[in-house]
Amino acid sequence: MKDAATRDGYGDALLELGADDARIVVLDAGVSDSTRSKKFGGKYPDRFFNMGIAEADMVCTAAGLATTGKIPFATGFACFLLGRTMDQILVSIAYSNTNVKLVGTHTGLAVGEDGPSAQMIVDVAYTRAMPNMIVVQPADWEETRQATRALADYEGPAYLRLGRPKVKGIFDGSYKFAIGKGRVVKEGSDLVIFASGIMVQESLEAMKLLERENISVTLVNISTLKPIDRELIIELSTRHRAIMTAEDHNYIGGLGDAVGEVLLDAQISRPFKRIAVRDQFAETGTGAELFEKYGLSARHIAQVARESIKSIE
Amino acid sequence: MNANQLATTDRAELKKLALELRRLALKIIFQAGSGHPGGSFSAADLMTALFFGGILNHDPSNPKAPTRDRFLLSKGHASGIYYAVLAKAGYISVADLDSYRKINSERFLSGHAHPKTPGVEIASGSLGQGLSVGHGMALGIKLDGYDAKVYVILGDGEIQEGQIWEAAMSADKFKSNNLIAIVDYNKVAQDSVTKELKDLEPLEDKWNSFNWDVHRIDGHDMDAIMKVFQLPLHPEKPRVIVADTIKGKGVSFMEGETAWHGVAPSVEDYEKALKELA
Repeated sequence: MKDAATRDGYGDALLELGADDARIVVLDAGVSDSTRSKKFGGKYPDRFFNMGIAEADMVCTAAGLATTGKIPFATGFACFLLGRTMDQILVSIAYSNTNVKLVGTHTGLAVGEDGPSAQMIVDVAYTRAMPNMIVVQPADWEETRQATRALADYEGPAYLRLGRPKVKGIFDGSYKFAIGKGRVVKEGSDLVIFASGIMVQESLEAMKLLERENISVTLVNISTLKPIDRELIIELSTRHRAIMTAEDHNYIGGLGDAVGEVLLDAQISRPFKRIAVRDQFAETGTGAELFEKYGLSARHIAQVARESIKSIE
Repeated sequence: MNANQLATTDRAELKKLALELRRLALKIIFQAGSGHPGGSFSAADLMTALFFGGILNHDPSNPKAPTRDRFLLSKGHASGIYYAVLAKAGYISVADLDSYRKINSERFLSGHAHPKTPGVEIASGSLGQGLSVGHGMALGIKLDGYDAKVYVILGDGEIQEGQIWEAAMSADKFKSNNLIAIVDYNKVAQDSVTKELKDLEPLEDKWNSFNWDVHRIDGHDMDAIMKVFQLPLHPEKPRVIVADTIKGKGVSFMEGETAWHGVAPSVEDYEKALKELA
């Protein structure tokens, strides 16, 4: 299992894809060093388009390239890749149904010191709300590598949500990513946590704390946020006494809401707690400090899990 | 009859065809009870030359041919003239036009075009995106080693959008000489004359400073239109044709009138206009 940032898994996957498929083209908005798309650019300069700091132009150029049969990966910091381009993505990508892969790195509070203008916490909400768009957030390097390849094979608009910090390897080479499928990372019996992205790692840390108190947790990695794995969520929620979600995103419109919608539709009634940013802008600080102050750390996850279990005993 | 059979370089024939297309556009706007006649009429001569003057390399019986030239109407509200052209060229039928702006339109003849309609390359409706999309097509075409060109019609009000100038810089960077922008410079936008809304001048200097191959013509002079479209590509610069046009061109009471940007004519105005377009 490889410990590395998900953006590194993306950069490495692009290199593999570049060799396998001449239709793969990569665009960046002047941050290719940070997004890791630069590796592809170095090896396949004819298929790499650095559009400069012009995200709106970049995503529409990607849409045009897609209409000629190319498979464009339009890459940038999530804040600007998505924040500046909702209209362009809606009209030229989602509505036009062009085969563009949007790849946003540096998401969530995990970004840290650059502050709230660089901490994208609303991207899942709005990409989920777009017809034709699918949304994927892998948990580690290996899953990102596979998800990037899966999105190249998938025909249609997609958003791949990636992070800046290094994360622990959760999956090895035997793991098989599939769009729309969640995966049980650890099987328990009392409470189920549906987590996504960096929060899978954070939840694993929380589970170490909870084990000492004999609270048995099932951890599920939900890497496809849309279309979400309804069957798995219903099955596991029915089998556990309490349900939690964990995401580095605002609590409106993200994973918590997506899981909540499934539970409501299926009329599953259990204590349900969401670990997420509580509809506020954070501040500067390290990712770990922000997770602690804004309620996303392993300690918080463990505390909420503990209270949840206590409330039903 | 397909577009190739219709193709002619005879200027008088093309002018006649442009009038016929204006009548057709006005008819469907009248039938729909809504639409944009002003911007449809200013672009009519330019689009007639492209589609029926043998300029655009296209085949309505094979609208997805990878070697085709692309046409994008970035000022998507001029859909009235766009659908009239697509029907005349044979992408859709003239009968299809009855469903313009109507629910359950089989050919998806929405107020702004969408690729569900044969011949349409990308959705429009949000101004400022077409030049970037067209540039992406131009890059893809070059990667494939084809000679095809990409024509993008922009509104003059539309180029107030900052993204147009992002695309202008990008096409210069990548030396995308197969990208041809046409500014339908009709001097009138929805709110007011473009000059008052936000002046574009000096417009040629702007494009020159972005390192484009700049041409300026009378956008209703069919001979000038044909000549500029027949020019060989610049060896490395993208091309822009600033076409001076008149909003509502062809109908005296619509010409230059902001009021005719986005309204359908009454029965009386419709009949009066048809006579002038005869």
